[in-house]
Amino acid sequence: MKTLLDKNQLNITLQRLAHQLVENHLNFQDTAIIGIQPRGIWLSDRIAGMVKAITGQQQVDYGKLDITFHRDDVHQHDIHIPAPTDISFSIEGRNVVLVDDVLHTGRTIRAAMDALLAYGRPKNVELMVLIDRRFSRELPIQPDYVGQTVDTIITQKIKVYWAEKDEKDEVVLIDQ
Amino acid sequence: MTLSVKHLLGIKELQPEDIERIFQTADNFKQVLNRPIKKVPSLRDTTVANIFFENSTRTRISFELAEKRLSADVVNFSASGSSVSKGETLIDTVNNILAMKVDMVVMRHSASGAPWFLANHIDASIINAGDGINEHPTQALLDAYSIRERLGDVKGKRVVLIGDIMHSRVALSNIFCLTKLGAEVMVAGPPTLIPKHIESLGVKVEYDVKKALQWCEVANVLRIQLERQHKPLFSTLREYALYYGVNRQMLDSIEKEIVIMHPGPINRGVELNSDVADSKQSIILPQVENGVAIRMAVIYLLSGKREVE
Repeated sequence: MKTLLDKNQLNITLQRLAHQLVENHLNFQDTAIIGIQPRGIWLSDRIAGMVKAITGQQQVDYGKLDITFHRDDVHQHDIHIPAPTDISFSIEGRNVVLVDDVLHTGRTIRAAMDALLAYGRPKNVELMVLIDRRFSRELPIQPDYVGQTVDTIITQKIKVYWAEKDEKDEVVLIDQ
Repeated sequence: MTLSVKHLLGIKELQPEDIERIFQTADNFKQVLNRPIKKVPSLRDTTVANIFFENSTRTRISFELAEKRLSADVVNFSASGSSVSKGETLIDTVNNILAMKVDMVVMRHSASGAPWFLANHIDASIINAGDGINEHPTQALLDAYSIRERLGDVKGKRVVLIGDIMHSRVALSNIFCLTKLGAEVMVAGPPTLIPKHIESLGVKVEYDVKKALQWCEVANVLRIQLERQHKPLFSTLREYALYYGVNRQMLDSIEKEIVIMHPGPINRGVELNSDVADSKQSIILPQVENGVAIRMAVIYLLSGKREVE
């Protein structure tokens, strides 16, 4: 097991990601942040909070998206139980930033784009991930904002811990 | 993480956790039904046959919509105009449909127990859409789900089922479902329409509808099933309406505002008056709306893991 980011490093990385977002989207008038259920929402919670702090905006459109019903492997595993979707604003013609913790095969993001388009037609969609496992892609999907890029093999696992649910902030690489 | 059963034959066989899981999944499908695109691709590799040996409007349309909104392929079969009238047996009929690569069967049949019989003879998952006077599980699930939606929870709530308890599969499934979820259940109606020893299912019995209404928070008014009553069990419909029908005057005479439900189709002016059915106390149309989400959840959860051929 190897620590990729400890508490301090994670905080610095999140700050950078939030600043990069603000740099590209300024006051967030035409931009919405959408976290992918279930694990991406811990990252998106933090990023949305930081964006509010940096821009001084009280109101930044922030939602959560569940992709269960759009997966391409419904009948290859036991049925997945969905988590709630909460998008209380229109994404029609907006910029949408999808947020997830780990980008691996790209299949989750494919499903997320499919699920997102059921809510309307955004102007454009960007992708933010905390960890990019760059050599494991199965679909042509690349992130726009990356916390850290790591080279991993399929048997390794990335685990992201969040203080809100795991009582610590840490990202680790596990060999199996 | 899925259900403890392969088929949905009756509520009797479900665990309370199964029911909770169905409700939780239905919450998500309700969100789906409120988006601009009310459809998900989950079951695009699945074919469902709706086999109806008995008439139906709501249940059949609700199942068909649920299947289509899950992107499943749908075939509909009704007994009238089919080879059943030429004497084909139930197993032959269903096996012929399954031979055309159908993955799941939704069946309504006038014989109680027909879905259990079928489950012993075929591999596909079966969903019971009503069998005789036995069970109608998806109706009970959507009824309990609608109570949960209106009152926040089912546990501890007092629910009365009024009317033709004897011939109602909705009543039996509701009793199983509500008691499993921890509600208090009472049945009310004329003694001839309430089966003996029904107390053994854990329900109270009341022959005075007004007293029953005073006791409850929710009243689920059931249809008088004339087509299943082979001997007269009450003198006239007018008399039934007078003594056991739910009307505005009766509801106004009790202090609290109770929730009124009906599984449909309503015999207006018999078991339920229009001034109650169309009032804001009634959740009859929300019940129908929730039916699609509940059926989507059941079909999705039963679709399960599939071996790749």
